[in-house]
Amino acid sequence: MMLRLVGRRLLHGLVILFAVSIVVFLATQALPGDAAQAILGREATPERLAALRGQLHLGEPLVGQYLAWLQGIVTFDLGQSLASGLPVSELLIPRISNSLVLMLIAAVIATPLSIALGTWSALRRDSATDHVTSGFTLVLAALPEFVIGIFLVLLLSTGVFHVLPAVFVANEPGPIWIDPLQLVLPTLTLVLAVAPYIVRMMRATMLEVLESEYVQQARLKGLPERTVLLRHALPNAIGPVAQVVALQMAWLAGGVVVVEYLFRFPGVGFALVDAVNNRDLPVVQGLSLLIAAVYIVVNLAADVVALATNPKVRTAS
Amino acid sequence: MTSTTPTTPTTATLDVDHLRISGVPSDAVIVDEVRLEIAPGEIVGVVGESGSGKTTLGLGLLAYCKRGTRLDDGRILIGGRDIAVLPAGEVRRMRGVSVAYIPQSPASALNPALRIGTQLRECVGDVDEARVREVLREVALPDDDTFLKRYPHQLSGGQQQRIAIAMAFIGKPRLIVLDEPTTGLDVTTQKHVLETVRRMCSIYGSAAVYISHDMAVVADLVDRIAVMYSGRVVEAGPAAEVLARPRHPYTARLLMAVPDLAGERQMLGIPGHAPSPLHRPDGCAFAPRCLLAEDRCTHERPPERQIAEGHTARCFKAGEVRVEPSPRVEPAVAPTPEPVLEISGLSARYGRKRVLEGVDLTVARGHCTALLGESGSGKTTLSRCIAGLHADFEGTITLDGEPLPASSFRRTTDQRRRVQYVFQNPYESLNPRKTVRELVLAPVKHLCGAVADPEALLQDVLAQAALRPDLADRFPDQLSGGERQRVAIARALAAKPDVLVCDEVTSALDVSVQSSIVELLQRLQAELDLTLVFVTHDIALVRNIAQQVAVLEHGRIVEHGPVREVMQNPQHAYTRSLMKDTPTFVLEGTP
Repeated sequence: MMLRLVGRRLLHGLVILFAVSIVVFLATQALPGDAAQAILGREATPERLAALRGQLHLGEPLVGQYLAWLQGIVTFDLGQSLASGLPVSELLIPRISNSLVLMLIAAVIATPLSIALGTWSALRRDSATDHVTSGFTLVLAALPEFVIGIFLVLLLSTGVFHVLPAVFVANEPGPIWIDPLQLVLPTLTLVLAVAPYIVRMMRATMLEVLESEYVQQARLKGLPERTVLLRHALPNAIGPVAQVVALQMAWLAGGVVVVEYLFRFPGVGFALVDAVNNRDLPVVQGLSLLIAAVYIVVNLAADVVALATNPKVRTAS
Repeated sequence: MTSTTPTTPTTATLDVDHLRISGVPSDAVIVDEVRLEIAPGEIVGVVGESGSGKTTLGLGLLAYCKRGTRLDDGRILIGGRDIAVLPAGEVRRMRGVSVAYIPQSPASALNPALRIGTQLRECVGDVDEARVREVLREVALPDDDTFLKRYPHQLSGGQQQRIAIAMAFIGKPRLIVLDEPTTGLDVTTQKHVLETVRRMCSIYGSAAVYISHDMAVVADLVDRIAVMYSGRVVEAGPAAEVLARPRHPYTARLLMAVPDLAGERQMLGIPGHAPSPLHRPDGCAFAPRCLLAEDRCTHERPPERQIAEGHTARCFKAGEVRVEPSPRVEPAVAPTPEPVLEISGLSARYGRKRVLEGVDLTVARGHCTALLGESGSGKTTLSRCIAGLHADFEGTITLDGEPLPASSFRRTTDQRRRVQYVFQNPYESLNPRKTVRELVLAPVKHLCGAVADPEALLQDVLAQAALRPDLADRFPDQLSGGERQRVAIARALAAKPDVLVCDEVTSALDVSVQSSIVELLQRLQAELDLTLVFVTHDIALVRNIAQQVAVLEHGRIVEHGPVREVMQNPQHAYTRSLMKDTPTFVLEGTP
């Protein structure tokens, strides 16, 4: 039952990814003139236009072009970057791993921290700590991530304290964590951007669970408060919160764009901004699809968590 | 917290005195001046209607306060220790061992994410596996590993309640608090659960507090009864004595409100409703609804008075209280009535699940036909098919010989007007953003077009439903439960229907209000020559309202006929078991 549900969700994900690929493909078709014209802009000479059109298969019928592109995608051949001439996949793989490291660290810090903070806030309902947490998370949720980033830069590297580097200095060819201090600010910005929603959702869900009759019954059975919380309350609150965590993680995939650009972090976000500036169409297409895929995978993971924490699904035959 | 009375050694299992529980931050007194003494092995019934504070009291006995309440004053001695003043850690150690709680709805009180075994084992400190299995056998549940590995949702309602009972008795407590443990269970299941409770109490010699709104359930089970009204125990005494010679007018009226299974006694409602804890009157809280009330009752609070050994009441007029059951008069209905609704060969489904199978039923004009069955019997589906709310069925329904399309969308305006529906829960069936006037007139405008004088029609139907005219501008949340259900009835009446389908219309209401609604429906039936289809699970109610009854079991009509015949001589085993398992008591003086 569980496997079938997960299988069905996976299938949905693939269908959505397919739809996204059509949208991405058509979006490039909607460029003024044609893609070659848009890419070359003012430098367009008839010869260069013709050459680029050939390289992009623009002469072929639309369906043929799409199928050729799709075939490339499923064989991990995203074409060649127009700016550097390198294969797109080769260009992106180090960027992807950099971004994944950044996102992973942010997620690993933000999720347990937010769940703990939300629970704590719920347990101290209507106390000063609860009000402060609520107010603080609301302010953070209202601020765009680049504002948070700039504020952190001012606070920790340029204005008040001078403890952290303001931008990421690429130390090729070593891995990015060779200098962990450089990772602090981008990570912190992402954590502060995703945590507030999780905290607020956790608090609301936990309040509901704490008011439930089964928690009341657990207390009336004389169980220690620790057991009541960890065994009876928490597992029932995790399901709904997993959905929000997933949405936030998925947001990270797009949210890194601005944050990476702000800190000049060599990840997919920075690459995307670069590619857009250079009108590097194959790279933009590849990255759009990749970000969509992250969304789908993360949401699938959340569905699995929600299903797994629900015994009604788990035990259904 | 201060104790107003000195702690004295006592032999009682439970000794509550001067207990007061208040709201936070409103300071409204929810429970006040409660005195309750229970001997070892004794079962005491705490009876009261919704809002009387009985659940708050029950939780208070475990020194547990829901959010927004606090233990204000008084002592709660359990086995000589005052749980009300002990530190939190001590209170926790007393729970489950000295005093245990069995909740109203095990479906929501058992943790959905934990296995039954986990929830049972944690009660006894994760060690005594043999005890877990022993207690399961005692409540007549399987004690094997497969069963212990189940989750609550894999059990039936009755099994869930047995688990809750097992959980309470696992630590062999001196005192058990049961909060309406059989509400929502079928009568047969209820009977088994009550038997289990009785047996478990006698095995362990535990004293029990049984909280209920249902006099009939309590009458059968308990040694003593304490009647609560508006936060106070207004009468307490030996069960037999309280039932035979109640000394508080509220107790007397409550007894007369209970439907009589034999159908000999008229069920009488109590007019008005209980005051909210925020607006309790200065004097006796029952005075506004009391027929015996005099001037003094409205501004002076009656003290607790001893009437006989172990029998007390809070009433100035305790000596004048009489229970005078009036004989039930069968309403005059046409003896050989013509059919108005004819249902033949009706089979209905929900998705792939068949819920009704080959139902044939004739509803006579001017009669009340009861559809009697337990949860899942298909009675509500049948009534929804009649109203066109459930269209996935085969078979025919005719109204005055004219076939009705299955879905209400396909019925003509007039067909829809002639069949009106009153839903079970008046707290959900009225749009909270509309006034009573808008609610009542909306279907009329839709079904009858422009009405010449809507205001006159409104006042007319409000009067028919026994609602004050000034309620027309109120919103539903400004009304009591009984008033809401009257509004729902008035809304149906406004369309001048031929057939009124009432789907469990009293099950969300208190007994006293239920009786008033039944009185109202009977009056409407007689005055307007209305045909009623009355869906219920309560066989005693059927006896008191219906002329015809159709008993449903697993989607089939197993017995059908005039109520008097069916109940005096039930043919089907299922009907007989319903008759046998329904708790009942005979009020003294019943003709």
